[in-house]
Formats: sequence, C-alpha cells, structure tokens
Amino acid sequence: MRVQMMTSTREPTPAAGGTAVEIAHLRKSYGTVVAVDDVSFSVTEGEIFGILGPNGAGKTTTVECATGLRSPDSGMIRLLGLDPRTDRDQIRAIVGVQLQESAFPAKLRVGEILEEFRSFYRQPADVSDLVETLGLADKRRAYYRSLSGGQRQRLSVALALIGAPKIAVLDEMTTGLDPQARRDTWQLIEGVRDRGVTIVLVTHFMEEAERLCDRVALIDHGRIAALDTPAGLTTQAQGGKSVRFVPSAPFDDRLLTALPEVTRVEHDGQHVIVTGAGELVNTVILALHGAGVEARDVRLDASNLEDAFVRLTGTHLDHEGEQS
Amino acid sequence: MSVTVLARPRAPRAAFGQIVRNEARLAWRQPSGIIVSIGISLGLLVIFGEISVFRKTSASLGGLTAFDVYIPILIAFAIGIIAFTYLPGPLVSYREQGILRRLSITPAPASWVLAAQLVVQTCLMLISILLLLIVSIVFFGTSVPKSIGGLILAVILAIAALFAIGLTIAAVARTSAAARGIMAAVLYPLLFFSGLYYPVQLLPGALQAISHFTPLGAAVQAMQAAMNVGFPPATPLLVLAAYAVVFGYVAKRFFRWE
Repeated sequence: MRVQMMTSTREPTPAAGGTAVEIAHLRKSYGTVVAVDDVSFSVTEGEIFGILGPNGAGKTTTVECATGLRSPDSGMIRLLGLDPRTDRDQIRAIVGVQLQESAFPAKLRVGEILEEFRSFYRQPADVSDLVETLGLADKRRAYYRSLSGGQRQRLSVALALIGAPKIAVLDEMTTGLDPQARRDTWQLIEGVRDRGVTIVLVTHFMEEAERLCDRVALIDHGRIAALDTPAGLTTQAQGGKSVRFVPSAPFDDRLLTALPEVTRVEHDGQHVIVTGAGELVNTVILALHGAGVEARDVRLDASNLEDAFVRLTGTHLDHEGEQS
Repeated sequence: MSVTVLARPRAPRAAFGQIVRNEARLAWRQPSGIIVSIGISLGLLVIFGEISVFRKTSASLGGLTAFDVYIPILIAFAIGIIAFTYLPGPLVSYREQGILRRLSITPAPASWVLAAQLVVQTCLMLISILLLLIVSIVFFGTSVPKSIGGLILAVILAIAALFAIGLTIAAVARTSAAARGIMAAVLYPLLFFSGLYYPVQLLPGALQAISHFTPLGAAVQAMQAAMNVGFPPATPLLVLAAYAVVFGYVAKRFFRWE
C-alpha cells in the first residue's frame, strides 16, 4: 500500500500534461558567429512559452532549429517526442509556424491563399472562425499585395493556425500591429491555448510576454539568461520589490531591517524606501503601526519584466518592428 | 513524453490541385506570358501567312514555302520563351521572397509548386502549339503533318529539354534579375539557331551544324521532318533527349529551395 502511494506521487498529475517541446544543449553557429550557445528548455503541453531577447540574441535561430528550418550543430530537439531532423513529415503536420518574414504571391487573393494552405492539412481549423477573429473576414477577396503590413501579419498568424496544430510557433506575431489588433491577436492566442495547443512565442514586447506567457526564457548572446514565470523573473531580477512611503514620525530603521521580509531601508528626503520580498507592504505597515508610526502615501514599486530584462542582461530591448 | 504519430502526415493529393489552381490564376493575372507565347507566335504566323513571297515554294528551302518552314520555328519559339522566362521567373522570385521556405514547413512539399508550375506552363505551351497548327492548316492551307506521332514525340522531347534548361537557370540564378539576364543571354542565340531570324537552311555549313546541336535547332529539325517528310531522324531526337537528361540532372542537383 505504502509503496503504491510512493510511486503514485512520482507520476505527474494528468492535468499537468506531457512535454510538448524539449530542447537540450542546442548549439548553432554561422561561420565564426555563435548564434545559439547551449540553450536548453522544455515546454509543457498547453503552455504559452515566451522567448524574449534583444536583436541577434538567437531567438529566431532557436525556433528555426526547433521547427526543422535549420539544422543545429548539436543538441537535442523533440516536439511531442518527434525529432525535426528525422520526423519531418510528422512535425509539419502537427506544428504550425509563423515566420518572422513571410511573403505570398502578390496577385493571389487572401481567400485563395487560405484555401491552398487549408488543403495541406487533413484536419484543418475552421477558416471562417480564424479569419473572423483576426479581422480578415472582409479581406478575403483582396489581393495579397493590397494588404497593409498589419493585415499581412494577421494572415501569417492565420496560416500558422490553419492546420489546427498541436504546437504553434509564432515569431514576432504582433510586430507591426496597432494596439487594438494586438489585443485581438492576444485574445485569439489565449483561445487557441484553451483548446490545448502549446504555444511558443518569440517576442519583443514585454507587455505581450507578461500578458500571455506562462513562462519566459530570456535569451541573450545565444544563452538563456533566465527562465521563470513573468512574475518570478521580475522578483528575481529586482531581488524583490520596494515600498515607498512617508512616515508620520521618525523611527529606528532597525524596526524594519529586523523583519525577515526586508533586505534594505533607504531614505530619500522625507520618503523611506524599503526593499524586500514576500508580503512586504503588509509586514512593513504592521511593524510601523506597532511602533505607533503611520505610513502615508504608500506606493509599491513593482518592477515589470522590462526592468527584469535590463537587470538580467544589461541590455535594453528594442521596440517596434526590429528583427533579430 | 508522448510520441504522436500520424498515419498520413503528408498533405492530401487534392492539395496539389489547389496549388495548380493558384499557379494558373497567377499566370492568368500576369498575362505577359500568355500574351508573348501565344500572341507573338500566332501574330507572326498570321503576318507570314499574309506575305505572298512566303507562300511560294523555294528550291533553297527544299521545295517548301517559307511559311511551312516557319511553323516549327514558331512552335520552338513558343516552347523556348515559356520555358526560359515564365518557368524560372516565378520559381526564383518565390525563392527570393521566402515563399518556398514558407511552404517547406507545411505538409505539402515545396517541390509541388515546381510541379504545378510545370503543369501550368505545359498547358500554355500546348495551347500555343495547337493554335499554331490549327490556324496554319485551317486558314493557310498547310498540309496536315506527315507524322503526327513523330511530331508529338518531337514536341514532348523539346518541352522536356527546354524545361530542364529553364529549371537549371532557376537553380543557378540567385535573384530574379540574374535569372532574366541569364535567360536573355541564352535565349536569343538559341532563337537565332532555331532559324527565327534567318532560315537555317541558308546559313553557312558550320553554323547549320551548330544549329542541329542546339536545343531549339534540334527541335525545329525534328518537327520540320515530322511535318513535311515523316518520322524524324534519330539525331535531333537524341540531342533533345540528351539536353533533357543532362540539364534535368544539373537542375535537380543544384536547385535550392531557399
């Protein structure tokens, strides 16, 4: 009985799902330039996994290797247990890819392109549904060349999802989209994930990663600088969060530094800045209250993923439309 | 980790039909290929047919009329211009723009686009050839080809040889501009040796000999024989077959999908 219980605890719970993507020790160089240097990560089925990094960090090379568009110099890649180098046909049927740059013949209509790509798959997605959500419904008769950059981008996302893939790899999916279209696309991606599709998202946009991703890998100079949930990365980078307030009366700093949650207390004019982790605000306010001091103008400086990125990689992310 | 294995991961065959349909639409919407191949060859045929000198038999042309001599030359022209411009053009630009790369990550092989191009361009060629033959027989009283089987064989081999050369251009040219340059540099001399500008029969012996070993020259020689004499001689047929095999191999060996 006891043995059985022990074994059962080792098994993953069914809800957690299996591994959709597994990449281990991936390396890829172009000549003398090392694009990807020992990258490893795994993505759980049904997860939205973000790959974030500055230009030339190796994000696109990583996903190109993962989808079989490039062959890596070394390393192991498995998508739902399949190797993109040896199981090409299988991979293509179950993985939908949106490339950072893709083009279609100028004089084909949107509907004709969709129809062609739909015919490639034995169990395609509902095209009208897809087109509706991506705001392309009234563009089906339009020539590809007449589409705006944002519309082309949305078509490219539609074609990545048209085969009802088990894994969707989206490289800079919302680059060039206006804020409304971006939010619509996010909603679409969340809907796709809710149907059990695993999503690997290469992105420049912090907001996108924070909103969509369950976990994010920060890639810099071909290496993974950090890998965690967006919230986890934020905390990890900052060494915690900070609370800023104006005390109603002077107090001894040791009142706060003695707390396990607090790592540092600083003074900035009449403001006090307390850095720490955990339930920082409540703990600090309670401690002050206990000493008869009130905290006024309390502000929590929760840093975001962007701060985390700068802290972890020492570089700023480029915004809008840049390519890596 | 679960390994998902699909019984039939490749795209269904109907997908090929979809690709052909879209390639045909593109050919129709960029009709310069249709205009040049069908329009020019048919236009020249009609003009030649209206020139009375062209309708007189000539001893220097082996007892044929200049009009008769020009029919296979115009057929060769139609085949050559399509195989050299309207075949490599789309393929190189698809590669340039990443269209082939995008297709290579779908269950449909990128080679299906190439095959679809061949289907569409072959149809275009056959329409041109049939129109040339029908118009010359019905409106200008040209006699029905002596050896229809020989003509069909010569046409098939000519198409195969010129497609192979056209695909080689598509394989080696990195850009559309380069493809156009190579095409022009190769096509115009070949058209000269086909007799388009000046009858091969009236060329000096050495040039005539060269002509018989060029793809369009051999095609014209074989088709002329089939139309006026009977089953074509082996040499031009073998020359065409050799071009098809050699360049077909080169194109396959060097074709890049990205």
